[in-house]
Amino acid sequence: MPGNYLPSEYTAVLVMLIFGLIFGGMTLWIGRFFRLRRPYAEKLTAYESGNPPSKSPRFPFSVKFYLVAILFVVFDVEAIFLYPWAVVYDDLGSFALIEMTIFIGLLLVGYIYAWKKGALKWDR
Amino acid sequence: MDTAPNFILTPLAPLAPELLLICLGLLLVVVDLFLGEKRHILPWLAALGTLTGLFLLGNGSGHFSDGLFGGMYILDAYSLFFKVICLIGVLFTVMLSVRYLDTEKMHQGEYYSLLVFAAVGMMVMVSAADMIVLYLGLELMALSVYCLVGLLKSDSRSNEAALKYFLMGAFSSGILLYGISLIYGMTGTTDLQLISQRLTELNLADNTLLFIALGMVLIAFSFKVAAAPFHMWAPDAYEGAPTPITAFMSVGPKAASFAVLGRILLSGFPELHVHWGPLIAGIALLTMATGNILAISQTNIKRMLAYSSIAHAGFALLGILATSNEGVSAIMNYMLIYAFMNMGAFAIIIMLNNRERRGEQLKDYRGLAQTNPVAAALMLIFMFSLTGIPPTAGFIGKFYLFLAAMNAGYTGTVIAAVILSAVSAYYYLRVVRYMYMYDSEKGEAVAMSPSLTAALIFAVIGVIGLGVAPGWVLEMASQSLPALAQ
Amino acid sequence: MIPVSWYLTLAAILFSIGVYGFLARRNVIIMFLSIELMLNAANLNLVAVSHYLTDLRGQILTFFIIAVAAAEAAIGLGIVVALFRNKATVYADEIAQMKG
Repeated sequence: MPGNYLPSEYTAVLVMLIFGLIFGGMTLWIGRFFRLRRPYAEKLTAYESGNPPSKSPRFPFSVKFYLVAILFVVFDVEAIFLYPWAVVYDDLGSFALIEMTIFIGLLLVGYIYAWKKGALKWDR
Repeated sequence: MDTAPNFILTPLAPLAPELLLICLGLLLVVVDLFLGEKRHILPWLAALGTLTGLFLLGNGSGHFSDGLFGGMYILDAYSLFFKVICLIGVLFTVMLSVRYLDTEKMHQGEYYSLLVFAAVGMMVMVSAADMIVLYLGLELMALSVYCLVGLLKSDSRSNEAALKYFLMGAFSSGILLYGISLIYGMTGTTDLQLISQRLTELNLADNTLLFIALGMVLIAFSFKVAAAPFHMWAPDAYEGAPTPITAFMSVGPKAASFAVLGRILLSGFPELHVHWGPLIAGIALLTMATGNILAISQTNIKRMLAYSSIAHAGFALLGILATSNEGVSAIMNYMLIYAFMNMGAFAIIIMLNNRERRGEQLKDYRGLAQTNPVAAALMLIFMFSLTGIPPTAGFIGKFYLFLAAMNAGYTGTVIAAVILSAVSAYYYLRVVRYMYMYDSEKGEAVAMSPSLTAALIFAVIGVIGLGVAPGWVLEMASQSLPALAQ
Repeated sequence: MIPVSWYLTLAAILFSIGVYGFLARRNVIIMFLSIELMLNAANLNLVAVSHYLTDLRGQILTFFIIAVAAAEAAIGLGIVVALFRNKATVYADEIAQMKG
């Protein structure tokens, strides 16, 4: 039951967290009394040096980004199967190697598909 | 890992149909990429592969196995039967697609490979003896079908259908998984047979949390078979999808989902029948009522058939309700019959299709008996069968379902089902009325194609044949059962 | 050790948030995110129970769920992109061409 459990092992973490918050907050708060405050237009720009932003950064991304993101997600996540495979590789031996080759082979077909369809071409 | 040797020693030969179809799917992708102009061989490749798959299934019918991959994958007559239904569905769909894709100018090689992958998903699903495998099969099927529904990329109705289907499907997957995780939490296993054992061992039959978990699994599958009150995605998805895919969705995934539902309830949770029985009875009643009554007001025939498909899911649930070998074999029989009659009806719709989505509205059927007497006669047969008028197969299918539910003591439900079945005559026969009683506005002849003709012949033979000689399928179905519900 | 019931409670809360989000929000992308929450609630349940029972099945299922969820997200985004090209909206209420 949740009520019966005292998370005593995590007390140190909690104390650390509280101290961290207090320390950070205090530093900023005390700093207010000692620091100089002389703002002028140049200081208030986003970057003190370099170009001012030319337009709002909140414009819709090109659909191409989504395409790449989708491909990335699919191929990236398939890699999770490699971890358990690597863990038991020693026990399974060549069988595991064959299995994984088949798996990677299947992924390869997907890759070739994406390639041939032009999903990897940026300037289309 | 002490289970490793088992995996290595698992013979792959019994899996030949599945492996063949996986290779076929990959082959279709690659062929499409590299052949370019010779794409018209794709449907033939797909059909050939599916036929070979059917042949291999028949070949392997003698070698059943209780547990491949450490008991996760069962090959029994039950799964075999549903696999045959699914592959017949795929074969029909391929035959229907050739003409449709031509008229819609939709030349995408992915189409056939996705279809084949959906078939593999269904085969995995019906053979699953473990929730993990079940989930994987289900998702392989569902993901492929989401894509297929949305494959008319420039048609906003197809997009919308895909989106709705996807959202509802993914939502129901989430519910299913949470249910599975709760069941796993309580029984400590995902193996259906073991779950059933643990339920008795741990005395969980009256556990409230377990009801909730089982309820979630039931809700998820109600979504998948489009049973009310979780049916709302179906009409939109069916209407917007490419027509052959609509036909496929109402046959393949539905049959596979019923197979899984039967296996879960009868093999995993037989002890809880007192609890899920009334629930299924309620869902079945509501589904039949919703499907049949809402179908009356439809003017789009694809949408009408969507509601009809909902209604038929309600009828099929009666078989699960019966919790007997009789009931399950009635479902199997019904699903096979439904595949033939529904595919037949969709074949006619596709026959009438031109670029302007002709054949989808009820008024497109005016005077069809004059312009195309043969097509009208065939549609008449399919509509009669869907209504359940003898001597068509639809009657046999419904008869055995009602009989099974009756013998199990659900008399009230069966009476309601019979009344609603009579209601359904109204909208099915309205199509017939349009074809025979009205004059055609413009006498447009329809173009035939060899594959469509083949599909129609195949469907008519099925509908009439199973109607006149129903015994052997039922026999086969009931023989396959002892393995399931001991 | 944190008892397993805490994880289960957290998972239940996550799942409820997911269901609520799916039903209440009308932005399709947010609806996807809600579904992901539901899946991850199930994952959390499975992993917690799996660890508690020292049984690997739950973790295996979790691996598969993660992989399938990625594929699902890819397909979902693909569908939304296709829809957006045709209709320029991601709001479920505006995507209602078919009714009845």
